[in-house]
Amino acid sequence: MQKGVLDPEIRRSLYAGMVLIRKFEEKLVELAREKARVVGMQILAVGQEAVAAGVVKALQPDDVIVSNHRSHGHLLAKGADPKRLMAEIMTKAAGVNKGKAGTLHLSVPEVNALMTSTVVGAPPPLGVGAAFAQQYQGLPHITAVFYGDGAAAEGSVHEAMNMAALWKLPVLFVCENNAWAGAQCLADHSCVEQIVKRAAAYDMPGESVDGNDAEAVYGLSLKMAEHCRSGKGPALIEALTYRMRGHGEHDHGHYMDRTVLEDWAGRCPVRRLREHLTAGGILSPAQCDAIDAEMTAVVDAAVAFGDESPFPLPEAALEDLWVE
Amino acid sequence: MAMLSYGQALKQALDLALSVDQTVFLAGEGIGTSIHLDPNLPTFGLLDKYGSRRIKDTPVSEAAIAGLAVGASAMGLKPVVEIMFFPFMTLACDMLVNHAAKFRYLSGGRSAFPMTVRVKAGVNFGAGCQHSHNLEAWIAHSPGLKLVFPSSPADAKGLLLSAIFDPNPVVFVEEMLLYWMQGEVPEGDVRIPLGKAKVVRPGADCTLVTYGGAVYTALQAAGILDEAGISLEIIDLRTLVPLDKACMLDSVRKTGRLMVLHDATRFCGFGAEIAAIAAQEAFDALKSPIIRIAAPDTPVPVSPPQEAFYKPSPEQVASAARRLIAQGK
Repeated sequence: MQKGVLDPEIRRSLYAGMVLIRKFEEKLVELAREKARVVGMQILAVGQEAVAAGVVKALQPDDVIVSNHRSHGHLLAKGADPKRLMAEIMTKAAGVNKGKAGTLHLSVPEVNALMTSTVVGAPPPLGVGAAFAQQYQGLPHITAVFYGDGAAAEGSVHEAMNMAALWKLPVLFVCENNAWAGAQCLADHSCVEQIVKRAAAYDMPGESVDGNDAEAVYGLSLKMAEHCRSGKGPALIEALTYRMRGHGEHDHGHYMDRTVLEDWAGRCPVRRLREHLTAGGILSPAQCDAIDAEMTAVVDAAVAFGDESPFPLPEAALEDLWVE
Repeated sequence: MAMLSYGQALKQALDLALSVDQTVFLAGEGIGTSIHLDPNLPTFGLLDKYGSRRIKDTPVSEAAIAGLAVGASAMGLKPVVEIMFFPFMTLACDMLVNHAAKFRYLSGGRSAFPMTVRVKAGVNFGAGCQHSHNLEAWIAHSPGLKLVFPSSPADAKGLLLSAIFDPNPVVFVEEMLLYWMQGEVPEGDVRIPLGKAKVVRPGADCTLVTYGGAVYTALQAAGILDEAGISLEIIDLRTLVPLDKACMLDSVRKTGRLMVLHDATRFCGFGAEIAAIAAQEAFDALKSPIIRIAAPDTPVPVSPPQEAFYKPSPEQVASAARRLIAQGK
């Protein structure tokens, strides 16, 4: 395991980051029940926080991320302002994208969260483009692309991996395997049980990791990011986690096995890290509680900010298409 | 002015853009080393001049090529990528239609995608409908993409330069059978603004709006009609998005008649939009119904007699014009 994992500050920061994501998305679960508060599908990653927090913690501020429909955690981990993110999810004028992105298409250029696509399988080719620009300009930065086990079946993912490996582009492919693509479980949609095996097809290093263990995700991400940064080309991480809710809040997961869900609930990444930190004396339970309370306050402030912002003017729908 | 082929004029634009702006790079299948050894091809010789860092031969991966352009342009580069033939655009369409076209809008105007996609179009080279299928109406129907379709060497160069340096995504259609056609081309960085049509032949009796290689079909038809005493005014749109409505409507108000010509199929073709705009905005000036001359609504056939039958001909245009004049007041 990498030295950085042992750094208490990094562990504290991982915990705080995960708690923020958890509180933020739990708030969205509430808001999604109130139809007027948030519109559209709320596609959440409750229970998958360790992947976002662990991968992004291993990146540098100038590194780029490209995300997918389940993006909130990735963006918060990258440093997006929770207030403007929440306002955007509420499609308000003060949102990070002026209410044009909504929950699904968020982009936060100031933290290098450059593109989010809900077209399944699109982030990898987009990430290849960003990584090409990094290589072309001789920058020491990399691009991390988040995609899911469902997206792994898209042709665009394979085109992107071949091109990235051929040109040795600094792309960190992160397959966040939450075991579900809509209502189809992995066994129903993938010919391989381990998606990481596909790394061999593109002659890139690939390793899987317990996606509910933030420290393990962080450690592997550091190693793989270093590989990408050193000019050796792309790498693949398969983070094994579980979708704890339906595809979106409109989906109650009638097809999901409750006993399996309960089993995964026992592996909650936030609680695990908390237990690990308190057992190791890094944080006391009181300090953890203080972090929890702080993040609750951050999320409450974000919701208040979103509530206070007006909706964008109807006519503003005609703006922002072209660079004039 | 130098005499250059359409292909060489395009190459001059690419060469110039590469030389003045280090953020410009080219990528596509066989754009560096091609199976064809022909100096009239637009990227011929550029690999030797600029090297493999800036001239990227790619895998056969249209989605990744288009994604490369979207992602690299988001980072501030000016990618010029090639999709080999127009029907292969379908493979790149997700990246163009859902990403290049929409991402700036979705970002609330915070991102920009200054990318150019070059694509070869053309009917009548015997390759059949999976290599010949003009899909410009698909592109024009996706808000967020500009669309250029030049007909002459000078326009090809001037418009390609504007496309490359435009801050928006541009689909640039090259009429491949014109690659060898010669014409006078201004030296240096002379750009033709996007969105400006051109009256390529003034006339008094009927307006014909067209673009791309069909401009030459129109010019031949005008010659035939001259002999019949009918004077055709030909407008080459040059840019389909944004559309120069003023040029077209001014002409319709002058002649009182409108025909639209394209090599793409008729139903929901770009000509339908031209006809609708004229009917709505210049109805009072029209002396007779608007006529669309387009390919029949089938795939492009491969057998030479069928392919020749399929592509709109000068005779078809001339006979339509005669009917129109006969109907008019």
